[in-house]
Amino acid sequence: MAETAVLSTGSAAPPSRRRRNWVPYALLLPGILWLIVFFVLPMVTLASQSLQEGNVDDGYVFTANFSIYVDALKQYWPQFVRSFVYAGIATGLALLLAYPLAYFIAQKAGRHKNLVLVLVIAPFFTSFLIRTLAWRTILSDDWFITTWAQNLHITDFLQAVGLTDNDSLLNSQFAVIMGLTYNFLPFMILPLYTSLERLDPRLIEAAGDLYASPWQTFRKVTWPLSLPGVVAGTLLTFIPAAGDFINARLLGNTQTTMIGSVIDAQFLRVLDYPLAAALSFILLILIVAMVSVYVRRAGTEELL
Amino acid sequence: MNDKSFDKDNPILRAALMRGLVSRRSAMMGAAGVGAAAFLAACGSAGKNASTGGASGGVASRTAAAAQDMSDTEKVVNWSNWTEYIDTSEDGKSRPTLDAFQKQTGIKVNYTEDYLDNDEFYAKVRPLLEGGKDTGRDVWCSTDWMVSRLIRQGYVQKLDLANIPNAKNLDDSLKNVEFDPGRQYSLPWQSGFAGIGYNLKATGGKKIESITQLLTDPALKGKVTLLTEMRDTVGLVMMEQGKDISKFTDADFQAAIDMLQQAKDSGQILRFTGNEYTEGLAKGDIAACVAWTGDVVQLQFDNKDIQYALPEKGFTLWSDNFVIPALAKHKKNAEKLIDYYYDPAVMAQVAAWVNYIAPVKGTEEELVKIDPELGKNPLIVPTDEVLARAQVFRGLSTAEETKYNKLFSALTTA
Repeated sequence: MAETAVLSTGSAAPPSRRRRNWVPYALLLPGILWLIVFFVLPMVTLASQSLQEGNVDDGYVFTANFSIYVDALKQYWPQFVRSFVYAGIATGLALLLAYPLAYFIAQKAGRHKNLVLVLVIAPFFTSFLIRTLAWRTILSDDWFITTWAQNLHITDFLQAVGLTDNDSLLNSQFAVIMGLTYNFLPFMILPLYTSLERLDPRLIEAAGDLYASPWQTFRKVTWPLSLPGVVAGTLLTFIPAAGDFINARLLGNTQTTMIGSVIDAQFLRVLDYPLAAALSFILLILIVAMVSVYVRRAGTEELL
Repeated sequence: MNDKSFDKDNPILRAALMRGLVSRRSAMMGAAGVGAAAFLAACGSAGKNASTGGASGGVASRTAAAAQDMSDTEKVVNWSNWTEYIDTSEDGKSRPTLDAFQKQTGIKVNYTEDYLDNDEFYAKVRPLLEGGKDTGRDVWCSTDWMVSRLIRQGYVQKLDLANIPNAKNLDDSLKNVEFDPGRQYSLPWQSGFAGIGYNLKATGGKKIESITQLLTDPALKGKVTLLTEMRDTVGLVMMEQGKDISKFTDADFQAAIDMLQQAKDSGQILRFTGNEYTEGLAKGDIAACVAWTGDVVQLQFDNKDIQYALPEKGFTLWSDNFVIPALAKHKKNAEKLIDYYYDPAVMAQVAAWVNYIAPVKGTEEELVKIDPELGKNPLIVPTDEVLARAQVFRGLSTAEETKYNKLFSALTTA
């Protein structure tokens, strides 16, 4: 409503200086409202909920019980650490897989570009849950992948480095990390693709003309120019992966629980709302802290 | 049967009697021996003596709101139940007793198997009930302790027994339970045991017969699941440690948690599950688990490798009960449905398939007509020897429930 009013007055008469000043703010209004309703309000509710005490029968009352944050961290720090480690590894793997693929689509796919992009997005047409369940079949003991991995002694290797506990692949750290990598891979590919697509091939030719080796060309030209995509891609992969609760539940065991599944269980099964809210808040704060350090270190604020 | 099993000081038997898990024959003898006043009072008529307090004591029950009953215009009833908990045809596509009910009454049953565990289901419907909204369900089957909570919080409606004439068939010993005296709010659907289920193929032909073996045998490492149902999982462990779950202490509970924690830390336990363990057990991804025995026997029909064991040191007994939630739109239809299942001939068809203990008088006789072998199944018609080993988890106060839930959830969620 506000914007249409602004637009119509704007076209009726030449806008005065004062009016033009608030046009951008008016245009921001829907976005700000969205943030207030779907971000700020839930956050405030969550924060107040985390400081309540009580039980499901008698209800919860606000008691400013800050010690719950200490208790939550004390009890669940291994799950926090695990979540960040898994998400970190999954992000690294996704980057390794996605970079060549995005480069290929952006620079070499030619007229098939759109088709290949659709193929990247195609798995998204099915639900997240179904795709994760598919990994249960893929990694199950009676499927050829496990048999091959056993024959090629890959399972022995995984067991030696502690990613699996026995000679099967499913229900292990390995399976959880695979699931996370797979599920969030498109979030890595798409931003990488956008930044690599804008890369002018003539810059690479120029580097070759100046006797740069392919590796030097990559390090001095391609990589720096794709950094915005890398930063966006790693953030889009790492943040949801760190909070994920499906992969650990369906592909892991009791030793691979991530913080997302703890929060899920506390909210939906145990009904300990204050603890669940406190855990969510800690996760949020830790991620914000990590992301700000990362973005600063990557020196890409101006690129974002 | 020896005299000891009906000693009036035998708490196991007393608890079983209170809960009604002693067979009809032995209950009559038990009543004579025990002389339990509550039991005898309950043998009178149902729904008279509601003055005794609920399980938690002291907490006044709130009353559930009723909705405009659409039963006469909408011939449907929405029933949420646990998985594998009703008779199914050979091809698995239809449910004979439900079809017969529809034919008989014209009421269509929307049967949903979305009750995987009590806590999870409660978490799903609580926000709706608390906000005074219809849950979209007219009837579901909750375990005793959950019924106790639902009544306390005023989330379930009183049953109109005029619509359930067959309620008179309720087994005498189940007529009076501490959480619902006189059965005003709930009627049992099935009773049963929690024991051990295992897949011979996945255990390498090994029999799994005790909880200690389940929690420590290296052959099962990473292939054991336990139930998220605290009373079953912790109850079984406490009994393994020689405790009586009808009168355990905080220390007993903690000792059981410690044993479970140790098993978990050693990587023995794959996960904690609700009713969804059946699929993994059938496939062999789960080698052995804490299971509801009726489920295991059903799996046995299709897979001869599946076995069950009732641990020597004891196992838990429970009932799941029909309740009608606040604001249910088709209360009368739901009551007709309950009435239908309280016909022994119908209940026998269900019992023959689900392999749990039926709460309806006369089911045993009808069962034998279907298949004489079924009458010998100790899970459907438990023998005194089996019942003597079964125990009932004692009622918990709200404070205790919160405390124990916290300990148990720290184990299951982390």
